[in-house]
Amino acid sequence: MPTILGVPMQALFGQLLLGLINGSFYAILSLGLAIIFGLLNIINFTHGAQYMMGAFVAWMLLNYAGLGYWWALILAPIVVGIFGVILERLLISRLYKLDHLYGLLLTFGLALIIQGLFRNEYGVSGLPYAIPSELSGGQRLPFMFLPNYRGWVVVASLVVCIATWLVIEKTKLGAYLRAATENPTLVQAFGVNVPLLLTLTYGFGVALAAFAGVLAAPVYSVNPNMGADIIIVVFAVVVIGGMGSILGSIITGFTLGLIEGLTKVFYPEASSTVIFVIMVLVLLVKPAGLFGRTA
Amino acid sequence: MAEAVMTKPVAGAAAGTAPLLSVQGLEGWYGESHVLHGISFDVKPGEVVTLLGRNGAGKTTTLRAIIGILAKRKGSIRYDGAETIGMASRNIAKLGLGYVPEERGIFSSLSVYENLMLPPRVKPGGMTVEQIYTLFPNLKERAGSQGTKLSGGEQQMLAIGRILRTGAKLILLDEPTEGLAPVIVQQIGRTIARLKTEGYTIVLVEQNFRFAQTVADRHFVVEQGRVIDTIPNAELDANIDKLHTYLGV
Repeated sequence: MPTILGVPMQALFGQLLLGLINGSFYAILSLGLAIIFGLLNIINFTHGAQYMMGAFVAWMLLNYAGLGYWWALILAPIVVGIFGVILERLLISRLYKLDHLYGLLLTFGLALIIQGLFRNEYGVSGLPYAIPSELSGGQRLPFMFLPNYRGWVVVASLVVCIATWLVIEKTKLGAYLRAATENPTLVQAFGVNVPLLLTLTYGFGVALAAFAGVLAAPVYSVNPNMGADIIIVVFAVVVIGGMGSILGSIITGFTLGLIEGLTKVFYPEASSTVIFVIMVLVLLVKPAGLFGRTA
Repeated sequence: MAEAVMTKPVAGAAAGTAPLLSVQGLEGWYGESHVLHGISFDVKPGEVVTLLGRNGAGKTTTLRAIIGILAKRKGSIRYDGAETIGMASRNIAKLGLGYVPEERGIFSSLSVYENLMLPPRVKPGGMTVEQIYTLFPNLKERAGSQGTKLSGGEQQMLAIGRILRTGAKLILLDEPTEGLAPVIVQQIGRTIARLKTEGYTIVLVEQNFRFAQTVADRHFVVEQGRVIDTIPNAELDANIDKLHTYLGV
């Protein structure tokens, strides 16, 4: 079997694929966080819980309503997004004039409550969610076996990330969003309904998290703690990419997933810490993050 | 062609017409500090007025109160008969007010073209992009550049141009000539004169009363958050000594 630097190629590509999958989730989640932070100045610690809710809504749709994966991919982000809109209107919108810290405390508390409720109801052992039949099986590539579903996760998240980026960079709505991120008062003085823009942005960021949750349901089991586990890493990704940078969060998400995968091949002991080590190094050299603008 | 498309509300300030903007007993605060202590003045349709005064007199704050971005304000601001003192700024803008802030407020994450297209139309009859490009040809050349890469003068043109697109009939202009080269100041002056002939009503904040004299019908002197004097433009020269005392120049 061919090897690279003493590592079997199959193992290398296998880990790279795993890294790319993790990177897909990092990218979608950190993208949502970046959009929310950029416009609302809220560090959304509920993001992990909302990702978990996406997976649970998919599971519920299947088990209570008989609606399968493809329905869930559309409905779960809408349901969880509406939940986000209600949270923003009811609670988060009261904190905009206060220090970041209050938003962080509120959303962190909400995350604990939501996770607690789901743990109470569904336990912590995890619920199975089958890969949709259209995406079962895999492709035998010359250097590795590629399960169809994993390939789909990478493609779907890339498409969603790029589409989101295009909407923000190329459309009128995106121009409002960018302008309001810079100077909400002036955008409001032009006659734009900025509070509505904030609400919709939060709802959209939350819907992105739920979309990632649906994608994740067949890969990991549906578990109340799945969000808490991934969100810490995602925050490290956001810090590395630069808080509030849209493209930065996408690129950083995928790249760090790959680096994590490579570390698993060459130095497995460091694989769970490598992202945090990179975060420390980046903060030492560029405190605003790789793509962040210093305020 | 510019004139053909534009509506002309009233040409010139006819005596006796109801004011388009009426500010009465306006008080305003920044946090705890009380900045406006009862500003009162009227602006007739088609009129260009200036607020003159020293730094910190409350001129900029008055404009911020009119457009509704000064959070704490009391008194009365009526636009075209409608009381706006309790309205959100986005709704005030929709009545037909356009705001050009002192710092110009060009967005760095938007291109020149995106900056120009950003403010939504609030009333029919705004200029087309082509008309704005005719007025400010530099904006056309640099349409694809990042907004804040423009020179100070070009940024000022962009800040004015984007408001002309919206159909706003009352324009609040905060120190448009500040820090600009004389040739650019002249161009801004010609623009204001042109807008006046097309029926726009303009409230201009200025430190430079020599410039104000070339464009305005009346001058309100603001001191310590009050309007302490009104000088018709024709009488400006006769009142020059008094004005020097007011402005401390």
